[in-house]
Amino acid sequence: MAEPILRIRNLHARVGETEILRGVNLDVYPGQVHAIMGPNGSGKSTLAAVLAGREDYEVTEGEVLFDGKNLLEMDPEERAREGLFLAFQYPVEIPGVSTATFLKTALNELRKHRGQEPLDAMEFMNLMRERAALVKIDPTFFSRSVNEGFSGGEKKRNEIFQLAMLEPRLAILDETDSGLDIDALKIVADGVNALRSPERAFLVITHYQRLLNYIVPDVVHVLYRGRIIKTGPKELALELEAKGYEWVTETDEVAL
Amino acid sequence: MSEHVDILDQLTASDYEYKYGFESQIEEEVVPPGLNEETIRLISEKKGEPEWMLQWRLQAFRYWQTMKEPHWANVRYTPIDYQAISYYAAPKRKAQPRSLDEVDPELRRTFEKLGIPLHEQEVLAGVAVDAVLDSVSVATTFREKLQSLGIIFCSMSEAIREYPDLVRKYLGSVVPPNDNFFAALNSAVFSDGSFCYLPPGVRCPIELSTYFRINARNTGQFERTLIIADEGAYVSYLEGCTAPMRDENQLHAAVVELVALAGAEIKYSTVQNWYPGDREGRGGIYNFVTKRGICLGESSKISWTQVETGSAITWKYPSVILKGDNSVGEFYSVAVTNHRQQADTGTKMTHIGRNTRSRIVSKGISAGYSQNSYRGLVRVNPGADGARNFSQCDSLLIGDKCGAHTFPYIEVHNPTAIVEHEATTSKIGEDILFYCNQRGIDTETAVALIINGYAREVLSKLPMEFAVEAQKLLAISLEGSVG
Repeated sequence: MAEPILRIRNLHARVGETEILRGVNLDVYPGQVHAIMGPNGSGKSTLAAVLAGREDYEVTEGEVLFDGKNLLEMDPEERAREGLFLAFQYPVEIPGVSTATFLKTALNELRKHRGQEPLDAMEFMNLMRERAALVKIDPTFFSRSVNEGFSGGEKKRNEIFQLAMLEPRLAILDETDSGLDIDALKIVADGVNALRSPERAFLVITHYQRLLNYIVPDVVHVLYRGRIIKTGPKELALELEAKGYEWVTETDEVAL
Repeated sequence: MSEHVDILDQLTASDYEYKYGFESQIEEEVVPPGLNEETIRLISEKKGEPEWMLQWRLQAFRYWQTMKEPHWANVRYTPIDYQAISYYAAPKRKAQPRSLDEVDPELRRTFEKLGIPLHEQEVLAGVAVDAVLDSVSVATTFREKLQSLGIIFCSMSEAIREYPDLVRKYLGSVVPPNDNFFAALNSAVFSDGSFCYLPPGVRCPIELSTYFRINARNTGQFERTLIIADEGAYVSYLEGCTAPMRDENQLHAAVVELVALAGAEIKYSTVQNWYPGDREGRGGIYNFVTKRGICLGESSKISWTQVETGSAITWKYPSVILKGDNSVGEFYSVAVTNHRQQADTGTKMTHIGRNTRSRIVSKGISAGYSQNSYRGLVRVNPGADGARNFSQCDSLLIGDKCGAHTFPYIEVHNPTAIVEHEATTSKIGEDILFYCNQRGIDTETAVALIINGYAREVLSKLPMEFAVEAQKLLAISLEGSVG
């Protein structure tokens, strides 16, 4: 089997004095979709933030390799340029900066990192149109300020559009389904499915099984109290939905 | 758009420290510090002025002696000792230079370091430069070309000698010598500046440009600029500033007067980049400037556009008196403060004529420990039927140690007037920066991107080359302000 895109070993992280991740282990291989499920407060979003390099979290122990490189040593922008993408649970608004300008700056930073020439205006516009069609984004988005005045669903779709534009190695979707109605959820899921490829991996963080009906995972993990306590095939998600998280957490507490 | 990104690339590669911190080694003639009638007589004599000019100055000085330094602005600084300032410095010259070749090579190197385009290439750039080094205009280009159109563009000293009728008619007509403390001081001791007159119906084909530069230690800088656009004339005037790094605070109290007759239009653009002091606020220029224009004739128009990034303290309110019916006044401003800078700036729009319109777009950006205040007055006089004003005042905060303040004053004495004021405050916080970082954009680039987006409406009012320079300045002055 190929080398994993992401290898997490015994990852511990805390905010202030509170330890939130308490020894996470995970291997994600190219082409795979991993779902991370778990009840509120189990550390799902913390895992996403730590991988993206958010400063508020302190890694106290463990190792993360991204394509074989030490991820934890990199600045957030370096991680992004290496191909790590986070679709935010709460995308921010950037007033005065159009989506087009923002994405062009981002894409050309990525290209520079890879030793590629920046795209010219025409190439960039063509790419935007093509990718917008892929994720069913209205081209009027391009000239609007990033997320400014967007509805919750539009913000999430804009995240997937950015994902389509930046073509990462690993995309982490942090509760992308939260706040979406079923139609918006389908559009987002279709976008993600269109972007699945043998070179790319996804880490789909979600509280509910619902999203996994549309983005079908290869592996499902249950994160609880900062550890992955159960791993299984896609059916695990259905089982969790039917039986509730107590089903695994209770056995876990016995095991601990 | 690729150009936009190129600019950003350049920005992020720029040096952190103030780029123009050097002192040129030109011999200067400096009068001893102190201010009294004798000083004023000496200045007037050195400049070979006629008696009426001397009397005008002395009158202003007498006003000044009765006035008190204003302290209503939202700025704090150590008191200025006006007797410790030298009021005149001029490069020693053997004779009046007839062409650029005769200009002191050291002086020319200074200009080149500053990137002032005084040589042949500027013909292509379409910019005529009246360069003011300290107090005396040293070289003027494009004079003949402008003269063929009847446009007068020269130093104020020369205008006093060559065009006394115009100067006597308009000097002090917009900013009277007793207007305010700093204007009175300027009127008494002004050293030099630019004079521009456009005859009726003439559109100036090039952007007129003056680079100011404060050069001698301990020398107050008191420029005086007067621009008159006769009926139906048009001129776009650029003012750009840099100053060398030094430790003492330097006082700068300029006066700019604009007069637009019927159907005339004056665009006055400023990029101000004087030394703001170091990170703790030491050194740096005190900029107390009075800028005012009058739309004297019907359907005339005056636009002020300014990008202010420099100075330790800024006290500046470019204003328009809308006297002619259907006249238009505009004020577009980006004011950036970082570290310990303090700025109290804005505008005054005084509506006197009927159907007069004014538009104010002010964008304040505060970072570090700075304080940035917008202070604006919109006044509609009883006779100003149908007056319209729209004001947009936005503040952007970077970090949580700085302050942004808005002081809008609205005085409406005519029931038909419509006055609108909108204000917003936003903040570049950790969340936005992290979001940009996560897309591969580093923090400095992210700030530049946001600032340029935020200031775009104002930058777009600047002539192209100036806009590029201004964009760079914005980013440079905010480098190191986050992260």
